[in-house]
Amino acid sequence: MKLKKRIPVIDQGDKFGFWGGKFGGNFVPETLKKPIEDLESQFNKLKNDKKFIYERDKYFKNWIGVPTRFIKLNNLTTYIGGAQIWSKVVSDANGGAHKIYNATVHCLLAKRSGKKVIIGDTGAGYAGKMLSMAAKKFGLKCKIFMGAKDIERQQPNVRAMKKNGADVIPVYSGSQTLVDAVSECMRYWVANCDTTAMCVGSTVGPAIFVRICGWSTSQISRELKRQLLDEFGAIPKKLKLYNCVGGGSSSFGFWNEFMDYDKKQVEFIGVEAGGPSKSKKHAAPLTYGSKIGILHGAAQYVNQNSDGQIEETESISAGLDYPGISPLHCFLKDAKRARYTAASDEEALKAYQIVTKYENLRPSLEPSHAFSVAIKEAKKLSKDTIVVINSCGDAYKDKKILEKKLGKKYDKSN
Amino acid sequence: MTNPINLAFKKAKEEKRPALVTYTVAGDSSKKQSLEILKSISNYADILELGVPHNTPVADGGQIQTSAYRAIKNGIKMNDIFKIARDFKKIKNSKPIIFMGYYNMIYQYGENKFIKNCKTSGVNGLIVVDLPWPENKFFSKKCKKNSINFIQLLSPTTSKKRLKSITKDSHDMIYYISMLSTTGGKLKVSPKRILNNYYKIKKISPKKNCVIGFGITEKTISSFKKADGLVVGSQICKEITRSLNNRQNPVINVSKMVNKLKKKIS
Ligand SMILES: Cc1ncc(COP(=O)(O)O)c(C=O)c1O
Repeated sequence: MKLKKRIPVIDQGDKFGFWGGKFGGNFVPETLKKPIEDLESQFNKLKNDKKFIYERDKYFKNWIGVPTRFIKLNNLTTYIGGAQIWSKVVSDANGGAHKIYNATVHCLLAKRSGKKVIIGDTGAGYAGKMLSMAAKKFGLKCKIFMGAKDIERQQPNVRAMKKNGADVIPVYSGSQTLVDAVSECMRYWVANCDTTAMCVGSTVGPAIFVRICGWSTSQISRELKRQLLDEFGAIPKKLKLYNCVGGGSSSFGFWNEFMDYDKKQVEFIGVEAGGPSKSKKHAAPLTYGSKIGILHGAAQYVNQNSDGQIEETESISAGLDYPGISPLHCFLKDAKRARYTAASDEEALKAYQIVTKYENLRPSLEPSHAFSVAIKEAKKLSKDTIVVINSCGDAYKDKKILEKKLGKKYDKSN
Repeated sequence: MTNPINLAFKKAKEEKRPALVTYTVAGDSSKKQSLEILKSISNYADILELGVPHNTPVADGGQIQTSAYRAIKNGIKMNDIFKIARDFKKIKNSKPIIFMGYYNMIYQYGENKFIKNCKTSGVNGLIVVDLPWPENKFFSKKCKKNSINFIQLLSPTTSKKRLKSITKDSHDMIYYISMLSTTGGKLKVSPKRILNNYYKIKKISPKKNCVIGFGITEKTISSFKKADGLVVGSQICKEITRSLNNRQNPVINVSKMVNKLKKKIS
């Protein structure tokens, strides 16, 4: 399996939407064929339309607030005593995470196609929160599907969604987490696709949703590339980009602009959720060798039993708690462009403590997974290696979990 | 030899009524009981759809989900499902059986092995909810070669051009989804409009047997007597759930229901 150069990865799928001939596709009920085709032709046209790009950039700049910061973590660098540690603080973006890019683009598309309602799934609550913000901004009605377990553990984001006027619909089936929320959202779309637009919260789902999301989050690496050039005058000779991977939208967006570099120069490290260290359950299909299967309309590596039933996952971080993974990452893994590993719940918590101890930065539990691996590996790396971690979410939403696990009050000001 | 599915339609036509197609989930609420249900409802139904339960069913509403989760919880596996079909086919004058499910179950089993086991178990047709045309071309050809009907789905969102291509590639039976809905949704479109769409399909493809499904219940079934066949699923699944909750025998209650359905279209 091979990546092509100078062609955006989102456009490297075949005519059926398969990357590398086998990841992705459109395993959807007949009813969704037409709305998906409509969205495909709309997106294919608009993604090269100067006016549309201008509009996107205007909202990204004035409303989302780009660029997000690129900062050196001096204290952490000293503490670790290896590579230089930097962070791209994507949680600076309006709403507090990268999910705002995809939500904004979907609302722009929905608006143009005359849809009045937009629906979406959410795990950590960020995708839902951002969709509710963008829907409000663009005058769309909004419905968010969220697992009952996640509603319980991510209350700050649930409150934000409701404040923005969104209907938050609890999902009680299965494990009551992200996987069930996506299923329920797709069901709602099957029944209402004539009037309603759907946003999938990550680079998962039928191929068009993978592409739109990857296109939207790529803003992150466009900014980073410029910031690296400003800072170092050139793309560093040894650059390592660490990112947590749930569905894979923030990591894909963090890497996209660097695809064509040799991996010896720019290495991508994706960190999945290993779950509690004592549990067999995890949300790390790439790390633990899960087999290819179909989930939410796409072929991908996915946790499942031998019969093909999707397996329950477990992770302290709601945003990574998903049994599958973007077809884009399956492709990057098999093409050997990116490397994937996992951090356990405990390791992520530990990393959160270290980062907040040394820096004025509060990564949520998702990016704390990436920090964990970066901290471990950076120790052994040379001083001229530039390690960048995408801090793609703010920890405030995890307040309740952090207070319970760490036994002390969450303090916003460090 | 005419295949059993076509024979079932032919027989119904001779009796001047639509074929009654039932849907129950394999292993609901147990392996044994789902076989008993099949046996007893086959006294009234013409074609039996047997749902292959999946735990991430993106096109199913609450009733069928409940049945599927119940069956999985009670330990149903793919090989058990084939066995249910095999055991059912041992009874005298058994009716045609169609498996309905999601592609991942077939994919994990292996397409060729799945088809082979369908053949040896007496499965006559397959409906794969999330393997639409044209993605299903290759698989449906394999089915045809093995005398298994691959049943193409059509929906109100299917364009005329698509409709033509799909029916061209279809086998003896096609399935029209009455409205934009998951299974188990209330009929939200008038029967007249549904039948209008149905006639459009029949005009393009008069020789194929076309069934209508989604939203068909005891209440609505008699409005669709003109169709070649009618599928009732969620209401039956709901009846199984209701029976279990009231500690009654689902086998008896479900056959009563199917008997009534049959009378309404006879
Ligand atoms: C802060 C944060 N990071 C990461 C993720 C994981 O998703 P993805 O892999 O699509 O970036 C989420 C998902 O909710 C999230 O909220």
